[in-house]
Amino acid sequence: MAKKKTLNNDDIDEKKRLELYNSQYLIRFAEQRAYDLFLENLVKGTSHLSLGQEAIAAGFATAMQVNDKSFCTYRGHAHTLARGASVVGVLGELMQRDCGLMRGKGGSMHLTDTSKGVMGSYAIIGAHLPMAVGSAWRAQYMGHDDVATVFFGDGTTNIGAFHEALNYAVVYKLPVIFVCENNNYMEYTPIESITAVKNPAADRASAYGLESIIIDGNDADEVYRTAQVAYSKARSGDGPSLIECKTYRQSGHSRADPGAYRPDGELDHWKKNNDPITRYRARLIEFGVKQKVIDGIEANVKRVVDEATEEAKNSPVPPEEILTTNVYANGGWAWRN
Amino acid sequence: MAQLTYREAVAAGIAQEMERDETVAFIGEDVARAGGVFKATVGLFDKFGPKRVIDTPISEQAILGAAMGAAMTGMRPIAEIMFSDFLAVCWDFVANEMSKSRYMSDGQLKCPLVVRTGNGGGSRFGAQHSQSVENWAMAIPGIKVVAPSTPADVKGLLAASVRDEDPVIFFEHKSLYPIKGEVPEGEHVDTLGTAKIVRSGTDATIVALALMVPRAIQAADKLKIDHGIDVEVVDIRTLVPLDMKTISSSVVKTGRLFTVEENPRLCGWGAEIVSIVVDELFWDLDGPAVRITTPHIPLPAADNLEDITLPSVDRIYSKILDVLR
Ligand SMILES: Cc1ncc(C[n+]2csc(CCOP(=O)(O)OP(=O)(O)O)c2C)c(N)n1
Ligand SMILES: [Mg+2]
Repeated sequence: MAKKKTLNNDDIDEKKRLELYNSQYLIRFAEQRAYDLFLENLVKGTSHLSLGQEAIAAGFATAMQVNDKSFCTYRGHAHTLARGASVVGVLGELMQRDCGLMRGKGGSMHLTDTSKGVMGSYAIIGAHLPMAVGSAWRAQYMGHDDVATVFFGDGTTNIGAFHEALNYAVVYKLPVIFVCENNNYMEYTPIESITAVKNPAADRASAYGLESIIIDGNDADEVYRTAQVAYSKARSGDGPSLIECKTYRQSGHSRADPGAYRPDGELDHWKKNNDPITRYRARLIEFGVKQKVIDGIEANVKRVVDEATEEAKNSPVPPEEILTTNVYANGGWAWRN
Repeated sequence: MAQLTYREAVAAGIAQEMERDETVAFIGEDVARAGGVFKATVGLFDKFGPKRVIDTPISEQAILGAAMGAAMTGMRPIAEIMFSDFLAVCWDFVANEMSKSRYMSDGQLKCPLVVRTGNGGGSRFGAQHSQSVENWAMAIPGIKVVAPSTPADVKGLLAASVRDEDPVIFFEHKSLYPIKGEVPEGEHVDTLGTAKIVRSGTDATIVALALMVPRAIQAADKLKIDHGIDVEVVDIRTLVPLDMKTISSSVVKTGRLFTVEENPRLCGWGAEIVSIVVDELFWDLDGPAVRITTPHIPLPAADNLEDITLPSVDRIYSKILDVLR
């Protein structure tokens, strides 16, 4: 019989494990809240949730140092929260309130908190990959020790910018990590039906001289370990990594999507057998973490999200005068005298 | 006459042309099995099958490039770019390729294709999914630019676009997809380059496009009721070719010109129309020609902010009242 694992003989200590759980649980709970809020018609516009994909955001963010930079997609609430952005700021932005991270000017698809290294969320597929490359270039150029991480989906591997960014980053050995969250779908279309290779990111790695890395994206420990290796490689000047994380989106592509294209039983299968939160909770127990501690984390997250929800609900809509602010660097919008 | 929504008219227009002409095929992201993210192409996949209605990867350059290559060699493809904002990622094919191949080859090459795209604001989607970019397209010689405001015009102008020998960028307004209107039964083909007087009047002319047309009509109705001001509304329908005859004769009749444009102010299509009117009809004008546009800012996400950004019925009404008084 295999020796029972304990926290003492494992490479991830208890503190980190609880951090990883807290982060995943916060994302799960805040995303569920976002969903409830749009059922209440309090979230306007569109919204793309990361339910089921929490381990990737948590694993990478937990492995980052504070000055590292994140570049996210429209499915960016998780990555923004994982970097420690305020929950009020995130929910407030989804609700287009004055307390939002960008005071309602950007909206759900463009969450940005530069104070936490979240260099923006981008809604035009592919655009942010070269931007992350540029951030890495700046770090190399100026001798800074931060690494850029860019998160994107499986579908994004079919746009030119993905390929240009990878080649460019490898040529100049830039400190950038490309993280593909393979959730099986490009919107409503199964990824394998529109992609030449089985593993949309990893199978392309060799074309750019990169190692093919495929991990279980629903295992926060595996994500965290892989991220650590990639960050230390990047920080020691050994260039970029491309990591394909296998996962599954438990929500619709966006708020408008009931997910009718999923084969029968697929969603249930993932929810029952491969949910990152359920799996991680079981692991904590397996490692001897007391139920009480887990309950404490969950209760605290709930309190934080509840308070943030109330605060966001009570926040006014953005004042009209900000409509024309910050168009240009002088703070205004004037284009003529 | 059948009652169709604007989105149903899209599918009806495509179906009509696909039935008629085997060389018409339709490609785009999530357009086939899912029927499009705006549900504007529902039913086409079932009707015409996977050979002619094709789900593509997220590869806008390949979508437009492939449409162009097929068009050059004998097909009449329809390609969807889901949101018009995304045209920017494949703009090479619009600005440098499909628009110029006929000219550069001195007529040897042709590109009879249609690029359909969801344009415009009002959905709280923020700065990268809400723009009105018809004026980008208008600035490029060699392509035609269409932007209908009613279901009937969607079907008829889409059919005309498919049959046209030039590449056409066909702007569908996202906020108009749910509206209903009468569409002629049977084959319906309209004519590119024809504007329509959608409300006749004698005191001033409003020239409008797409979502701004119903707003202009409402503002005009209100001006009539409240102040007896009788405004003529011209729906331009196609920016290129531009039906200056219809616009000019309206301006000659009313002596006043207003444009209502959803694009941001600078270099909006209205600037071109005003400049032509000032050039050609200066002595027919009884006062300044005035443009009512979205201010020159990126679009905000928040609903209260977006609502004060796009020209509204109230803004059109008050501006016209101010200027005419
Ligand atoms: C250039 C461009 N084309 C198309 C879209 C529309 N679109 C938004 S999300 C999406 C699917 C992206 O799939 P994937 O990369 O797998 O990410 P996921 O949504 O699954 O996280 C598409 C096609 C877009 N935003 N930008
Ligand atoms: Mg995906």
